[in-house]
Amino acid sequence: MNETIMKSENKSENAGNCSRRSFLKLIGLGGGAIALAGSQLAQAATAAASTGIPNGVLVDTTLCVGCRSCEEACNKVNHLPKPDKPFDDDSVLDNPRDTSPDAFTVVNRYSAGKGEPITRKQQCMHCLEPACSSACIIKALEKQPMGPVTYRDDLCLGCRYCMVSCPFDVPKFEYSKAAPLMKKCTFCFARQKQGSMPACVEACPVGALKFGPRSEILDEAKQRIYTNPSNYVHHVYGEHEAGGTSWLYLASVPFENLGLPTLTTVPYPELTAGAMSTVPVVMLVWPALLMGLHHFSHRKSEVQEEERSRHNVSRRGDRR
Amino acid sequence: MKKFITLMIGNPKKIFTPFNIVTGLMIGVGVGIIVLRLLKGLGAVTNLSQTTPWGLWIGFDVLCGVAMAAGGYSIAATVHLFGLKEYQPLVRPAILTGFLGYVLVVIGLVLDLGQPWRMPFIMLFPRGVTSVLFEVGMCVAAYTTVQALEFVPAFWEWLGMEKVRQLWGKMAIWLAAIGVVLSTLHQSSLGALFLMAPTKLHPLWYSTYLPLYFFVSSIIAGLSMVIVESSISHRLFAYRLTPGTHFDLDDLTLGLGKAAAAVLYVYFFLKLIGLAEGNHWDLLNTPYGHLYLLEIIGFVALPCMLYTLGVRTGNVQLVRTTGLWTVLGVVFNRFNVSMIAMNWQRSPHYVPSWMEVAVSVALVTMGIWAFRWMVNRLPILSEDKPAVGTNTLKALWELDKAA
Repeated sequence: MNETIMKSENKSENAGNCSRRSFLKLIGLGGGAIALAGSQLAQAATAAASTGIPNGVLVDTTLCVGCRSCEEACNKVNHLPKPDKPFDDDSVLDNPRDTSPDAFTVVNRYSAGKGEPITRKQQCMHCLEPACSSACIIKALEKQPMGPVTYRDDLCLGCRYCMVSCPFDVPKFEYSKAAPLMKKCTFCFARQKQGSMPACVEACPVGALKFGPRSEILDEAKQRIYTNPSNYVHHVYGEHEAGGTSWLYLASVPFENLGLPTLTTVPYPELTAGAMSTVPVVMLVWPALLMGLHHFSHRKSEVQEEERSRHNVSRRGDRR
Repeated sequence: MKKFITLMIGNPKKIFTPFNIVTGLMIGVGVGIIVLRLLKGLGAVTNLSQTTPWGLWIGFDVLCGVAMAAGGYSIAATVHLFGLKEYQPLVRPAILTGFLGYVLVVIGLVLDLGQPWRMPFIMLFPRGVTSVLFEVGMCVAAYTTVQALEFVPAFWEWLGMEKVRQLWGKMAIWLAAIGVVLSTLHQSSLGALFLMAPTKLHPLWYSTYLPLYFFVSSIIAGLSMVIVESSISHRLFAYRLTPGTHFDLDDLTLGLGKAAAAVLYVYFFLKLIGLAEGNHWDLLNTPYGHLYLLEIIGFVALPCMLYTLGVRTGNVQLVRTTGLWTVLGVVFNRFNVSMIAMNWQRSPHYVPSWMEVAVSVALVTMGIWAFRWMVNRLPILSEDKPAVGTNTLKALWELDKAA
């Protein structure tokens, strides 16, 4: 168990620098190697062309004022229906809310011990190794090199295994529709491709959200803890949780008090990887074993049959 | 024409029996709800929510349906692969039960999909190769086909196509082997589905052994289901047994009970290993812990002992009762993993709506109707060769009149 944790920790530490490093490595290699690892190079090159490395967002809950500007921006950019209460109505914060097919992000208020209540924005975490994508029966959910976990509504069957798998309960299903789809935060993939930042980050008036390459905002998060140690819990939520997430959180109180689940560092796809890897073994070993068993039992009954007939012959001989 | 109608639906005078009326109503209500579900969406008929995406249709129709249909591959393997030919008379009813079970599983699964008409996408765009559900889907599709192939000889006999049937007979061994391979894969994968929910499934049920548990307990459910099914159908359809070839069902029942006791014994200790590895002994003395203890003592250890007792003393009735109890125990386990111990920390907890229950009941009832229809016409319980001569239809017509 310890070994697995250490291994996955190493992996996530490397994850940030991985594409840059492999890109440089590939440049350094000769033409033969390029031909050999052509596809890898192509991948690294596309990532470099967009923003170089996967993007992320740092949510500093110590700065969040709970104004819900992010919710409003998200609603507008995704053309979602207007909510019953307007976005400047603070009474909404009195009761905890969850994201829904009509709201990809919500801000909730938590009374976390002493001091002022804390508000926290929630949305898809865009895991580095997403559970939903590995669970999806048709890979309608995919991790993009740029960071977002995207969804193809032209493929989705509506099996809802992504909802069972997601540790953050992010995917939301349109139960009331006859042809339902799954809905969740897109990390504004379309905007990112055009070079702009997600709508919610752009709308935040107090700088509680910071968008950038994940490795850089992770450094920034650690820097904030380092320069202001008394203000923060000394942990960046999402650095290693479930193998690491694109969205990272900072807080002044333990994260479970802010409704974030306590998770191990094991990436979710690894949970079923072992079971899935036995499939070829069963397919190869079982038929051989079973047919062997069949011939064994068949031969046994043949021998019994032979012995019986020989016995009968000798008995008949005796009678003569 | 009149003869044909009688052949298809049985004696017209015997249609409106109390059993048929009650079960017919149940099917009618279920079909109505299915139509409503297709027109208005899952939300209109189910109690599913954003935090409980899987309910009774997955927990019962799919998980229990597949487990209870495991008798097909278990008995086919016993006879064709392990060479225990004395169980031959149980093969066809077991495969029919299995086949009908899988057809109902597929119906249940399709109804639970948000967009059922996209079902062919799984085959047309096989992209989800890392998904356990993809593996389950492929195996269920393949195994349903295998079971159909295993079952058709009964049709060839019914139609008097002796040569085709003999050709088919040579495939039986291969079909049985493929059946075991596919069943091993998807029975265990149904357990592996829940490996993705370590924070949602109660720690006493969440275990890396889940795939193994589901596979081993499917053998238990399959054997017990054959015990229950054979005892019922040999009583209800006694007139369908070929005269003069009557075999001793009691002996076979005791044999099956012995096998089930052995597998239950293994399963019980596998559960204990999982409990020790999980190291959640402290949780045993909580309400969920009591539920867990009820499951492994009341529905695993107890039937194991009762089977053993029944076999040792030759008490066939005890073995049959234990068979029913064991089947209920596997259903209880599947309910615990998929519904009761799932999202255990969340309230309000999921409880299926009456409409979800009604659809599941209707599906099972349809299965019983289909089973009865086939047993009354095809050579299922009768001998494994043309039992009523070449002019099968005419002979059956006579038989129907006599019954």
